[in-house]
Amino acid sequence: MHASDAAANEHAPATPGGGHLFFRAGVFDPADLRRAVTRIAHEIVERNHGAADLVLVGLYTRGVALARRLAAAIESFEGIAVPIGTLDVAFYRDDIGLRPVQPLGPTEVPDVAGRVVVLVDDVLYTGRTVRSALDALLELGRPRAVQLAVLVDRGHRELPVRADYVGKNLPTKAAEDVRVHLSEVDGGDDRVEIWGPAEEAKRDA
Amino acid sequence: MPEPALKHLLSVDDLGGRAGIEAMLDLTDSFVEVLARDIPKVPALRGKTVVSLFYEESTRTRLSFETAAKRLSADTMTFSVSTSSVKKGESLLDTVHTIEAMGIDGIVVRHPCAGAPHRVASWSQASVVNAGDGRHEHPTQALLDAFTLRRHRGPSLDGCRIAIVGDVKHSRVARSNVKLFDALGCEVTFVGPPTLMPERLDGWPATVSYDLDDALVDIDVVYLLRIQRERIGQALFPSVREYAARYGLTSERASRLKPDTLVMHPGPLNRGVEIAADVADSTRSLITEQVANGVAVRMAVLWSLLGSGGPVI
Repeated sequence: MHASDAAANEHAPATPGGGHLFFRAGVFDPADLRRAVTRIAHEIVERNHGAADLVLVGLYTRGVALARRLAAAIESFEGIAVPIGTLDVAFYRDDIGLRPVQPLGPTEVPDVAGRVVVLVDDVLYTGRTVRSALDALLELGRPRAVQLAVLVDRGHRELPVRADYVGKNLPTKAAEDVRVHLSEVDGGDDRVEIWGPAEEAKRDA
Repeated sequence: MPEPALKHLLSVDDLGGRAGIEAMLDLTDSFVEVLARDIPKVPALRGKTVVSLFYEESTRTRLSFETAAKRLSADTMTFSVSTSSVKKGESLLDTVHTIEAMGIDGIVVRHPCAGAPHRVASWSQASVVNAGDGRHEHPTQALLDAFTLRRHRGPSLDGCRIAIVGDVKHSRVARSNVKLFDALGCEVTFVGPPTLMPERLDGWPATVSYDLDDALVDIDVVYLLRIQRERIGQALFPSVREYAARYGLTSERASRLKPDTLVMHPGPLNRGVEIAADVADSTRSLITEQVANGVAVRMAVLWSLLGSGGPVI
């Protein structure tokens, strides 16, 4: 699959009214994003008393990039190369048939039996992607525990899902969209932005 | 590049040209990966029901479709003519209405008459896949052949020289494959005795040769068609031995091929007729791989028809 497909998939459902979204606010600049990743890496190691049993599993597309960054951060201060996996949840989603769903990339997960798996994604919203990811993961093996790390928690949960590690809690409206740009996926500088419908952008201006 | 919004797959033409074909082949890669897992099954089509409606004998195609549906967690039903009410004279229309009344989402049709799947598609709300209709088309066979070839020659098949050898006239595989190979940039040559060539080949994207030894010079892929033994009585060729001598891929002919020339066959094989046994089992033969890839390709097709093609809400 191509990167453009991934972007289309992730942002397609975020416009309930079908209209165009406009930039509203910047949330993270490159330094903020780097600090958040570094802090989450420290929290993961602290909570698990080291990094020996960890596996970081990124959800396509930006979760995979974030998992790589977390692994690099952990290696820099713990000296342990944490195994990384990639997980595509397309075939496990609960909205198949309701909207176009396409696979985003190959699922490659190292042996997780008896280990602590940290699922990594960019934005936690309804919780449905994480629910799909748990189903997909548990068919690949039986981890000792599963934890969840996200860069942004924007609220509006529809399932009882909670993140263990959060870069930033960001209250949003359902009509808004949180856009995470990572240099290795999207090019340009790292940043996190809120986009919203036109009328709100005008009112605020 | 958006995936083609497919309702039915009746012909290679439904795939939407090169872009759509390549998207389907890319999608197949995802399912090859699923099939390699310890639990080679995903819940993607849970709650969907797929019926195989086979008016011709078939093992590999029917089992391949049913395996694909089960690997996607769809429910499957089999309708085989030999044990059904068709024996009592039920028409195709009535049969389709009967099985549709049971609440189904997909129908996989094989029928001896060209166009039968089109008729079924016009009567039914369900998605229809053509699994072979008369001498017309067999689009999933063409997809799995292209997919198998891509795995060996890299993502681009541009300029790949393919000889399709044998009974082109009666072959739906030849018709689907020549369209699909041509769309992917291959150069196709039909080879066979004049009696087994269509009367007119205007508009077919292929050249014709009646001499196999000429055609095999510098060829990249030899694609052998099955000789249907029931044709022998129709005086289209004098004897099986003469056919094997002039148009069979014998060990001697295979030894003159380039070292990297690949050999394909849609099955079932007539060993010693269109292909010598040791050639079929040689390292250049992709025949077993074609069968293995059939499941992944049909998963991609069923997913495209029943899973990903829903309306955007």
